Amino acid sequence: MQIISTDVVVIGGGGAGLRAAIAATEADPALSIALVSKVLPMRSHTVAAEGGSAGVVREDDSLEQHFHDTVAGGDWLCDQDAVEYFVRHCTEEMVQLERWGCPWSRKPDGSVNVRFFGGMTVQRTWFAADKSGFHILHTLFQTSYKYPSIKRFDEYFCADLLVEDGRVRGVLAIEIATGEMVLFACNAVILATGGAGRVFRQNTNAGIVTGEGMGLAFRKGAVLRDMEFVQWHPTCLPGTGILMSEACRGEGAILTNKDGYRYLQDYGLGPLDPWPRAKAMELGPRDRLSQAFWHEDNKGNTIQTPYGSAVNLDLRHLGEKKILERLPLITEAARTFAGVDPVKQPIPVRPAVHYTMGGIATNVHTETAVAGLYAAGECASVGIHGANRLGSNSLAELLVFGKVAGVRAAQHARSVRPASAERTARQADATATRLVRLIDSERGERTVTLRDEMMDAMEAGVGLFRTVNGLKAACAKLAELRQRYRRGVKLDDTNRAFNTEWLAAVELGAMLEVAEAMAHSALWRKESRGAHQRLDLPTRDDKRYLVHTIAKSGGDGTPSIKSAPVTITKSRPGARVYGGAGSKAELT
Amino acid sequence: MTDTRTIRIEAVRFNPETDQEPRRQSYDVPFTPDMSVLQGLQYIKDHLDGSLTFRWSCRMAVCGSCGMMINDTPKLSCETFLRDLYPGPVKVAPLDNFPIQRDLAIDQTGFLDKLAMIKPYIVAKQDKPLSEGTFRQTPAQLEAYYQYSQCINCLLCYAACPQFGLNDQFVGPAALSLLQRYNLDSRDVGWSVRADVANADIGVWECTVVGYCSEVCPKGVDPMHAINENKVNSALDYIGLKRLVGGR
Ligand SMILES: Cc1cc2nc3c(=O)[nH]c(=O)nc-3n(C[C@H](O)[C@H](O)[C@H](O)COP(=O)(O)OP(=O)(O)OC[C@H]3O[C@@H](n4cnc5c(N)ncnc54)[C@H](O)[C@@H]3O)c2cc1C
Ligand code: SF4
Ligand code: FES
Repeated sequence: MQIISTDVVVIGGGGAGLRAAIAATEADPALSIALVSKVLPMRSHTVAAEGGSAGVVREDDSLEQHFHDTVAGGDWLCDQDAVEYFVRHCTEEMVQLERWGCPWSRKPDGSVNVRFFGGMTVQRTWFAADKSGFHILHTLFQTSYKYPSIKRFDEYFCADLLVEDGRVRGVLAIEIATGEMVLFACNAVILATGGAGRVFRQNTNAGIVTGEGMGLAFRKGAVLRDMEFVQWHPTCLPGTGILMSEACRGEGAILTNKDGYRYLQDYGLGPLDPWPRAKAMELGPRDRLSQAFWHEDNKGNTIQTPYGSAVNLDLRHLGEKKILERLPLITEAARTFAGVDPVKQPIPVRPAVHYTMGGIATNVHTETAVAGLYAAGECASVGIHGANRLGSNSLAELLVFGKVAGVRAAQHARSVRPASAERTARQADATATRLVRLIDSERGERTVTLRDEMMDAMEAGVGLFRTVNGLKAACAKLAELRQRYRRGVKLDDTNRAFNTEWLAAVELGAMLEVAEAMAHSALWRKESRGAHQRLDLPTRDDKRYLVHTIAKSGGDGTPSIKSAPVTITKSRPGARVYGGAGSKAELT
Repeated sequence: MTDTRTIRIEAVRFNPETDQEPRRQSYDVPFTPDMSVLQGLQYIKDHLDGSLTFRWSCRMAVCGSCGMMINDTPKLSCETFLRDLYPGPVKVAPLDNFPIQRDLAIDQTGFLDKLAMIKPYIVAKQDKPLSEGTFRQTPAQLEAYYQYSQCINCLLCYAACPQFGLNDQFVGPAALSLLQRYNLDSRDVGWSVRADVANADIGVWECTVVGYCSEVCPKGVDPMHAINENKVNSALDYIGLKRLVGGR
């Protein structure tokens, strides 16, 4: 086993990981930073983000309003101290990106332009056409070349965290090209491994969004918070789940059912006029829009496609010029992947899994329960999203908390004495042996069989609307799948070099645990809030459930769930109202 | 349901641990009209042969990982559809001009080194505290470099480039486009630190204006144009004159 000693290891080369690595090296250029990622950084999922990133800049906007939109959007399950820190630092991060060369879309006078986004009162979403994530990621990646102390390990798959006496001491990784084991001995680790949307079948996520960063931390003593909150995005292509960004609706697209009727007005998001109006109709939040789709489908008002029912996302009235200027990627994607030209036809869309609000629990400083282990980005739960994330708050989160993680990890790495690499290596050996044995297991089922059954169980039991019986069935199924997984999986590929089937098998082990945490947390939460909707318990219950769920690993057994308080500073829980009712509520 | 047909996919196989030479292997794949070549390969991996190796991630033509030769043309496999290749067979192979790492996956490290060479970041003309906000950049100034910022690093253009095929030291279309992207940015004054690379033997002068790179680029980047803009600059540099293109 090769041993590489370094000060800080950043796992993940997406937006959060790159921002963290840059912050760490700027905080202390003398430190060595290893940036480890299972794909080249520019292939990370951040590249696919379309709509934009939030940050208050307009005269008619304020930090106060961004705070309130976020907290209300999250159905008051947000930690308000974290939200306050967040909104205060978004804009400087957007400005920083501008300095680093991000091609933000501009107004004629050369200042940056901002657009509307779902659930936001004011235009505060910075955008680079509808390729915001792409430009942010490439800007960060290219800028990282400026810093000699960031050493990249591209296509290294992290398979274990090495924790001794409650402190993180290293990371065990597989060099994908050769299949060799590598130990990174270090004083601080930042997890920036992204979300876990791929535990569901229909999703908008890239293939790498498999949640094993959460799984690694979970097994080593960190806890997962609010895992029941999974976001469905209302406008995705049936079948592939490819996203038609919220920017479409931000620019004025409308949603209609099979009769051409704007059905959102029937679900507390109307009335129709005046339009467009912030936080109303199509500019309502994602959870509400996805739920409205579900009801409309049950009423038989949807369009049938080979991949499930759909409604129409109609851009035509925006006109060809605006569509091509503001939404070029969407236009291209709809043409290529749905065979529909948005200039001439509406796009059939349906909800698909999009984002994991929950994740590795951290405080505002991105510290986890394990000393020296930090988490940022979609894999983390720093507490800003609560029960439902507002669009464009995630890209901002990567930057704001990626930076915090980098600075904190750098400080930590400086302050602790390095452990003996040999001792850490002994611990790593056991895992390494187990991983290698996985390759030539003679018995067991195919990874794909277990993966497909997991996805079906999640879609059926932990979907957009949940019931006690459905959740219990999903929990039982996941326990069974974990047991079958432990008995062994059988691979066709018995080579070490670039064995992606092997990596998928390792990923699956973590995915099953993350899925189980989601199902058990959802079973525990006996109310409906934000993205967590229980058909059997349709109302919000602040008396008992204005709390976070905390999932703790039960090893090979089931995870245990308990609650933790939500930090409330200045916004008392209120009714979460949108549309006409919303503007009335805001006036009072 | 939708109609399902079958198509034969012939994939190049190469395992560095056991093979001396690449070989071909055929698979019969059932497909529906909306299935891409990538989905065909995923079908093979899931149901027929878990050892077939290829890269992919976003499956929506933005991450740049799934480039390969499809019937001898460099393409993104996620946006190439099996219906358009029917009745087949479909030949898939790793991108031309790169060493094979395994099966359809090529070794990308040479390209990453080239990115480092061109200094792909803003070299700022002026600085001010973040609290003073952004610099101004008019839509026209943005437009000047925007095209070149669209590159997804898929490397199709390198597979198409005959000069890169002859000399793998050539900095090549995508990296030179990115060099021009920063040179043309109104916020950047780094052209002189990038000039060495542009003017070198392995820089713009290696290009013989075949233009196939621009033809295969899935993002409309037009690397050939970027390179030729730089030839003008490079020549003026050589005779000690001020740059014309992208100069300020
Ligand atoms: C289609 C789409 C559009 C979106 N649009 C928007 C938007 O407009 N605005 C917004 O705010 N948000 C948007 N989001 C959400 C946002 O893009 C994501 O939450 C965010 O990009 C996640 O970034 P990240 O850095 O946390 O992780 P990622 O970008 O997912 O990066 C994860 C990194 O971790 C690495 N990694 C993972 N596991 C391992 C391992 N085991 N070993 C080594 N490396 C590993 C990966 O290689 C990768 O580099 C969108 C999401 C989707 C799916
Ligand atoms: S220039 Fe075009 S073909 Fe070449 S790497 Fe970039 S996107 Fe791909
Ligand atoms: S999979 Fe991302 S470009 Fe094809």
